[in-house]
Amino acid sequence: MAVDMSMPILIVDDYKTMLRIIRNLLKQLGFENVEDATDGSSALQKLRERQFGLVISDWNMEPMTGLQLLREVRADAKLAAVPFIMITAESKTENVVAAKEAGVNNYIVKPFNAATLKTKLTSVLGNF
Amino acid sequence: MAMPAADPTLGERLKQVRAESAQPLTKDDVASIIGEVVGTMGGDVSMLDLKLYTELEGLARYIQTARTEIAAIRPDKISQDYIMAATDELDAVVGATEEATGRILDAAEGLLNVADEKIEGPAKDEVTELAMSIFEASNFQDITGQRITKVVKTLKHIEAKIEALVHVLGEEVERARQNQVQEERKPARTTDEDLLNGPQLPGGACNQDEIDRLLASFD
Repeated sequence: MAVDMSMPILIVDDYKTMLRIIRNLLKQLGFENVEDATDGSSALQKLRERQFGLVISDWNMEPMTGLQLLREVRADAKLAAVPFIMITAESKTENVVAAKEAGVNNYIVKPFNAATLKTKLTSVLGNF
Repeated sequence: MAMPAADPTLGERLKQVRAESAQPLTKDDVASIIGEVVGTMGGDVSMLDLKLYTELEGLARYIQTARTEIAAIRPDKISQDYIMAATDELDAVVGATEEATGRILDAAEGLLNVADEKIEGPAKDEVTELAMSIFEASNFQDITGQRITKVVKTLKHIEAKIEALVHVLGEEVERARQNQVQEERKPARTTDEDLLNGPQLPGGACNQDEIDRLLASFD
């Protein structure tokens, strides 16, 4: 099934610079419908207000981290099926294992490039 | 009123010494009296105990010397002057880097707009690819910021430990501070080295307008 390039994507990061970078990279990959949030709590609120096709989230944020956001999403029956990609500088094995156990679909380590982002998006959403 | 001696034998001996006080005591007399004094302690304090007390006293003197020497290093000054300054400098690095990255991203977004609106053909793809490279490279700012945040946390941890040390050494540190204040009151000449302070924090020195005004004031 073809990927819906107009699906809304929620990007979450407490660094506004990072949000700009991800938004521009997604735009160049063909995804223009991008919303953002600067922490887990506001992201969760947006997810409950509107249907998103994908969440791309940082880990290290306050007051709610990306891992907590992921757990909340997976625990909510209405949101549980939303694909979730973690983009983070946390690269220890135990981090990846914790994210996987919490139900992450893929994991990108910062710094990353457009090719890595495209590969991970394809892995989660299918070819586009 | 004279207190009775703990040991009757010792009491007798003291009377004898008092009686002989007109004559100087020999080394043997002194040794004998000390031996008897130790003997009156009824076995509560042995020679081994006395050796232990002597060693403890030496240890106490050593600790006191160490406290004085640590206080002389002025741990309060390390915390107030150096660690706080280092933290401020690192915060300034994060702020300046973030601002610079913002401007780089503005330029990259501008390039994309130009590519979309004003360029056709292979040149458009080339410019777009270059702009993408700029976005990718700008990742560094997030990583740098997070690394510096870790360093700042470490510095704050050290600062807390030093503050605890200052608290423990309260009196010694205050004495060392007063000594240093007196030293600093002596007039000192500014050396060339004193003038090497590197970049200043915002608000910590003159900006270009203030420098221009200062220079103009010499005319």
